[in-house]
Amino acid sequence: MRKKKVVTHIDILGDLSIFNAGEQRSRLLDALEAYSEVEVDLSGVSEIDSAGIQLMVAAKREAVNRNKSLRFTNHSPAVFDILELCDLAGHLGDPLLIHAPT
Amino acid sequence: MNLDDALQTFIIEARELLEQMEEALLRIEQTPDDADTINAIFRAAHTIKGSAGLFGLDHVVTFTHVAENVLDKVRNGEVRITSDLVAIFLGVRDHLGTLIAHIAEGEEPDEDTHRASAELVAKLRAVLGQPSPASPPPPVLAERDANIETEAASGVGTDNWHISLRFGPDVLKNGMDPLSFIRYLSTFGKIAHIVTLVNGVPPLSKLDPETNYLGFEIAFHTEADKAAIEGAFEFVRDDARIRILPPHSKGFEYLRLIEELPQDDLRLGEILVRCGTLTQNELDAALSHQTAKVGETPRPIGEVLVEQRLVQPRVVEAALEKQQQVKERKNTESGLIRVNAEKLDQHINLIGELIIASAGASLIAQHTAIPELLEASARLSRLVEEVRDSALTLRMVEIGATFNRFQRVVRDVSAELGKDIRLEISGADTDLDKTVVEKIGDPLTHLVRNSMDHGIEPAEVRLARGKPAHGTLRLNAYHDSGSIVIEVEDDGGGLSRERILKKAVEREMVKADQQISDQEIYNLIFEPGFSTVEQVSNLSGRGVGMDVVRRNIAALRGTVEIDSTEGVGTTMSIRLPLTLAIIDGFLVGVSGSSFVVPLDMVVECVELTPGETAASQGRDHLNLRGEVLPFIRLKQLFDIPEPPAVVEAEADGFFDNSRRMRNASSNVILTAEGAAALAKDPELAFLLHPVRRENVVVVQYAGRRAGLVVDNLMGEFQTVIRPLGEVFNGIDGISGFTILGSGNVALILDVPGLVRRVAGREVRRNAAATSYALAE
Repeated sequence: MRKKKVVTHIDILGDLSIFNAGEQRSRLLDALEAYSEVEVDLSGVSEIDSAGIQLMVAAKREAVNRNKSLRFTNHSPAVFDILELCDLAGHLGDPLLIHAPT
Repeated sequence: MNLDDALQTFIIEARELLEQMEEALLRIEQTPDDADTINAIFRAAHTIKGSAGLFGLDHVVTFTHVAENVLDKVRNGEVRITSDLVAIFLGVRDHLGTLIAHIAEGEEPDEDTHRASAELVAKLRAVLGQPSPASPPPPVLAERDANIETEAASGVGTDNWHISLRFGPDVLKNGMDPLSFIRYLSTFGKIAHIVTLVNGVPPLSKLDPETNYLGFEIAFHTEADKAAIEGAFEFVRDDARIRILPPHSKGFEYLRLIEELPQDDLRLGEILVRCGTLTQNELDAALSHQTAKVGETPRPIGEVLVEQRLVQPRVVEAALEKQQQVKERKNTESGLIRVNAEKLDQHINLIGELIIASAGASLIAQHTAIPELLEASARLSRLVEEVRDSALTLRMVEIGATFNRFQRVVRDVSAELGKDIRLEISGADTDLDKTVVEKIGDPLTHLVRNSMDHGIEPAEVRLARGKPAHGTLRLNAYHDSGSIVIEVEDDGGGLSRERILKKAVEREMVKADQQISDQEIYNLIFEPGFSTVEQVSNLSGRGVGMDVVRRNIAALRGTVEIDSTEGVGTTMSIRLPLTLAIIDGFLVGVSGSSFVVPLDMVVECVELTPGETAASQGRDHLNLRGEVLPFIRLKQLFDIPEPPAVVEAEADGFFDNSRRMRNASSNVILTAEGAAALAKDPELAFLLHPVRRENVVVVQYAGRRAGLVVDNLMGEFQTVIRPLGEVFNGIDGISGFTILGSGNVALILDVPGLVRRVAGREVRRNAAATSYALAE
């Protein structure tokens, strides 16, 4: 196992939806495979749906199973809205920055 | 499921619903208390809202929601239907049409649209008696009658609905996003609390990203009824388990929920507590109740509900109605398939080719004279004919839908003109080709507007003439010898023969002393630039239009005619062929050329004997059982030369073949008995000895008859109509061509044109004779 870097930071750009859920899943999985601490930047997520939510929950769960840490940061307004809608912010446990209404 | 396809379906459905809505709105004005009609309007609005929500078209949802609120009050009898309200809702319908058009174009609604939205919403709010608030109105508690109130005390304390959603694994694959349903819920109520059930979600390595693992428990605050909440989930009904509990349900209802849904009991109970649906005490009570009641037979839920008077009667009624609707829709859905019109056209074209090919095959069969082959080809021809008929009926639609559109036109135009005009429709179930239906709308609209504007007089004039103050416009349709006739009839002032004639003379369209029939005078209004109206309105009267109407109708191989009685009214009749693609034809031969006469227009065939030709004294008239029948010699009309005898013998056309065969048979050397038989049987003799004689095909169109003189009658022929190229478009007497089984071309005769030509000639001659007699 490589050990040169323990923390990685990945940006999710564009969507987190059914249309690219497969792709995003492998990206997250690859990151969890290689690093022990993963920070996922969500500021570029313009659209997110149920598939995206599941992906976030599943990623968290995977990290726990592997005894690794995975954090979501910089939630975009779209992500923020959806977490609000399903009341999942608490479940995921990442700090949320509340966006000022535009 | 492709999202674009789904959106297309939504757009098509929305348009259909809007049409139904309009129809219902126009009907409701006459019968303001008809519950079915009110429901139809409500349903249309509701379904559009529901589907729009599914596609995240929030502006449509918000707008429709306001309209739906008003409709709901109408349904409950809280708001009365007035003509003002109908006018507002016609506006709503139009506005929705605009919104849908924007969606179809893939555009965002523009400023004007938003403004129109806001104006209509303000009007609707005014009907509700609500001020127009800046933010959505706070949720209002649904009113409950006292009966329910007391029962509520025995139910649980919350006044929220409880909704349990367990989406199936395939919802995402089916193109639906569970969250969009929850978003949609928030358009007509407030989600008081939501618990997203994520314990079904596996770790990332085991996750299938396209499978749904989510479920939701929702406490929902709304004044909508159960049907409305259920309606929100209509599209996932088959894909999800949905339980909806009304506010103040009994504890055991929640218990049933706990039993039914696949979560372990305790956890779901906790969730309900977390949602604020149940308090801990209520949960405990329910659970203990469960243990106490073990062993009792479960009863139908409806019965229990009624007994415990848990739900408001209205809710039950709505639910039942909803159920009924869904059933009905399912029934019609299974009976209908949407087919792309292009595919259908392609199908019809192929059948056209098939007909030509099968005609060719049967011709070869006749040549070879093998009995089995002849039989097989006869069977094939019959089947091809059946396939053709059934394919053509696929394209047939009822004209009713087109007619109904005019309810609105008449309503709007009469308001604009300040006239009271009623529309009567008959023959709405008359079928005609879909292409024709699509193209007839514009010309028909023009005729209708014309009748309303110029035909029907203002009320004062009508009263002075002893007519009822309200004018009547009639639309009628019926089938007549292979055509469909569409009539636009008004009981207005009628056409003034003198005024038209005067104008025509002024414009040098006719000469002052020219003898023309009334019919021809009336038809002058179809000439370009002709208008007798002194006052030009913005509807019609500028002389543009009527010529366009005639041109459009002619393009459909149809004709338009006017019949009018001054002071009593005008009837404009549009005559169109039933189909534009394939017809039954009657094949005739003229000196080696073949022509097709549409079989529907053929009345009979008679022989033109030399004696009768002599009797007509060159006037081209025939005494047909005491009736005078004018005729046309096609040979002269088309200037067809007599083919030289050698060429005829060698020619290989269908017509020539038949003739050669006949010649061959006449050359058989007769036995003595044969000759005797021939002498006794003139018919047989006639068949065997082709005498050069002419036949008259008697055709009829629009009540007029004429004869076409031809050399040969070759019998029925399935004709695939091909349009003539641009170059030949102007040719008189020909409407198209077709390909014979032999590969030769036959021209299709334009019977309406020929009949008109003969009849016109007739009238002029008669008129000339009359004036001559008068002068003497």
